Amino acid sequence: MEEKITGSDALWRSLIAEGVDTVFGYPGGQIMPVYDRHCDYAAQVRHILVRHEQGAIHAAQGYARIKGEPGVVLVTSGPGATNVVTGIADAMTDSTPVVVITGQVPCAALGTDAFQEADVIGLTAPISKWNYQIRRPEEIAWAVARAFYIARTGRPGPVVLDFTKDAQTGMTEFKYEPCRFIRSYIPDPKPSEQMIEKAVRLLDAAERPFCVFGQGVTISGAEKELAAFLEKGDIPAGSTLLGLSALPSGFPLYRGMIGMHGNVAPNILTNVCDVLVAVGMRFDDRVTGTVSTYARQAKVIHIDIDKSELGKIIRPEVALRGDAKAVLAQLTERMQPKDRIGWTEAHLRCEAVEKEKVINPEVHPGKGLLKMGEVVDRIAEATEGKAIIVTDVGQNQMMAARYSRFTSPRSFLSSGGLGTMGFGLPAAIGAKVADPARPVCLFVGDGGIQMTLQEFGTIMQDGIGVKMVLLNNNWLGNVRQWQELFFKERYSQTRMLNPDYGMIAAAYGIPARSVDGRAGLKEGIREMLSGDGPFLLDVHVEEEGVVMPMIPPGKGIHEIMLSDNEWFS
Amino acid sequence: MENEIKEYTVIIYTENEIGLLSQISNVFTRRSLSIWSMSAGATAHEGVHNITIVTEGTERKVREAAEQIEKRVDVIKVFFYTDDKIVYRELALYKISTDRFLGCNDIEGLLSRHGARIVEMNRKFTVIQKTGYTEETQALYGELEKFEILQFIRSGRIAVSRAVQEPVFKFLEKREKARKQLNK
Repeated sequence: MEEKITGSDALWRSLIAEGVDTVFGYPGGQIMPVYDRHCDYAAQVRHILVRHEQGAIHAAQGYARIKGEPGVVLVTSGPGATNVVTGIADAMTDSTPVVVITGQVPCAALGTDAFQEADVIGLTAPISKWNYQIRRPEEIAWAVARAFYIARTGRPGPVVLDFTKDAQTGMTEFKYEPCRFIRSYIPDPKPSEQMIEKAVRLLDAAERPFCVFGQGVTISGAEKELAAFLEKGDIPAGSTLLGLSALPSGFPLYRGMIGMHGNVAPNILTNVCDVLVAVGMRFDDRVTGTVSTYARQAKVIHIDIDKSELGKIIRPEVALRGDAKAVLAQLTERMQPKDRIGWTEAHLRCEAVEKEKVINPEVHPGKGLLKMGEVVDRIAEATEGKAIIVTDVGQNQMMAARYSRFTSPRSFLSSGGLGTMGFGLPAAIGAKVADPARPVCLFVGDGGIQMTLQEFGTIMQDGIGVKMVLLNNNWLGNVRQWQELFFKERYSQTRMLNPDYGMIAAAYGIPARSVDGRAGLKEGIREMLSGDGPFLLDVHVEEEGVVMPMIPPGKGIHEIMLSDNEWFS
Repeated sequence: MENEIKEYTVIIYTENEIGLLSQISNVFTRRSLSIWSMSAGATAHEGVHNITIVTEGTERKVREAAEQIEKRVDVIKVFFYTDDKIVYRELALYKISTDRFLGCNDIEGLLSRHGARIVEMNRKFTVIQKTGYTEETQALYGELEKFEILQFIRSGRIAVSRAVQEPVFKFLEKREKARKQLNK
């Protein structure tokens, strides 16, 4: 007979069996037995102590998205658990594999409103891919195996294990078996032969095919297959926000980002193409604008692993339910090679207009105050497009998305679907932990940085070399932009009086520099990138900068503002 | 017709009822689909539970809800049907005063006209049972009202599809084969 161990030991051994080497967490009463046992596993599993549980889950998300493996979060019951709820919802919308382990009161106290008891299963059910309350130590190995299998397969997502104190302290035999099958769950669907044939026929007959791709390409590791598909068919392509870096920025058929603040060309091409191939994306409203005018002229081929996304927003002519990598390879093999000269030049005029009206004035203003796009561009230049770019939410995010350059996959990290301010700083910590060899540059606004500013403590304690670029304009810039454009310049609660961020950084021992001119920017970037350690570059940018182009809410993707008084035509 | 609002019966097969019921009803709530009736219970297959929900909406909305429900890991399969594609019934129980009931001179005729039967009778009350459509159980209610109905309860709908074989079990057989394949 096997020797018996505590449930807490069983948890650590299960995590190790799943290949976990890092956990982001914060201790508390109902998870103490697990923390106590960690002392014996510290050599195998690094624990990163955050300063607030929200920081733990965003860090785990950042870790997961860069590493392509589940991030693990360990927190206590009650408030510890409720503090990770935002991150769970964020991971759900952005298909991020995260395993969240929450402490829970002993079984006998369940449902009694015990101290630090919260209904974690009820709270997290609608925002997690799966959740389970572990009540007996014998269930631990099974539940952990199942959790990791569900989190990482199919369309990835967050899972929650609510770990009662009795299960942590009870004794159990331990034998770990990874989960490979759940009969009610099919993570690897394959599209039918007829559907593949139908898609190939559409592609072969197309004169103006266009491809839009999302994070599904990255999750599936289909970057090479996507490039081969586009090259063989001579098909131009645009990326969603979360699809960024799946193709290198310089890829000849790459036309830029789609959506509300995307590039002009890929939005226009979407509404003039005859066949639209959508790969691993879900037609978010920030991508489609008004759905009733989105790609109405096109026959749509939609590739996604999640059946419920097929036809949810846009009804496809051909729905291919499957893994992007496998499906793209099949299509590429069977379709005819094409040379679509003419169509592949259709973007040139759009690009020229955008360059003249938007990009050049944003990136090379030459005089006046520093612009956000200019800062992003200079950092892309200095890092030669090799950095992992992390963003917060708002103007900083859109500017980082628009003006960063990418040379390899998994180089862009942002809260897309939920749009969680405060995501950036902890996510950047997770990204750096996942890939310490690459520079990690965070773009964050003066609003968002204060939502998770406490994580400076984590950076200090663990010496995490995150390069933080604060695009500081003394406004909640994105809301201010909407107030300017759509609320008659009534600036309600968007003006912010800021602290001296350099002094805050100094208090945590993080080197910092404040810049407000072009010479200072150049020198600041050089200084920031010169060492391996953390750095805060507080860049004072033009206060009332706006992100353009913009497809205003309620408009179609062909109705593009180039400035507050000029539309693309 | 894409936008035609119809009554749909959503038949859900799950691994384990506990906790899933609220997840399933959440899917309806989030899409403002009302749940007209719900019934839940074990199937003849060990470990497989059935939840049957009657709702009203456009086909598109109901399909979306069905797909979101099927996406839950512990949900095995979801089907949805318009009324013409299923055979369905509800169960109703009527508790009435025995004294007043016995005062009726055509008990037999009343019950047989409605296909109802007495399931319990004591000195204080009598319980009558009837299965059928909502309109039918309601019609009997109307007739029994004169005897003073002490309690009345109607179950949610249960239904079988008009397909010859229950499709969920075909699915489970296929999955069992896949499991064996994997373990080889």
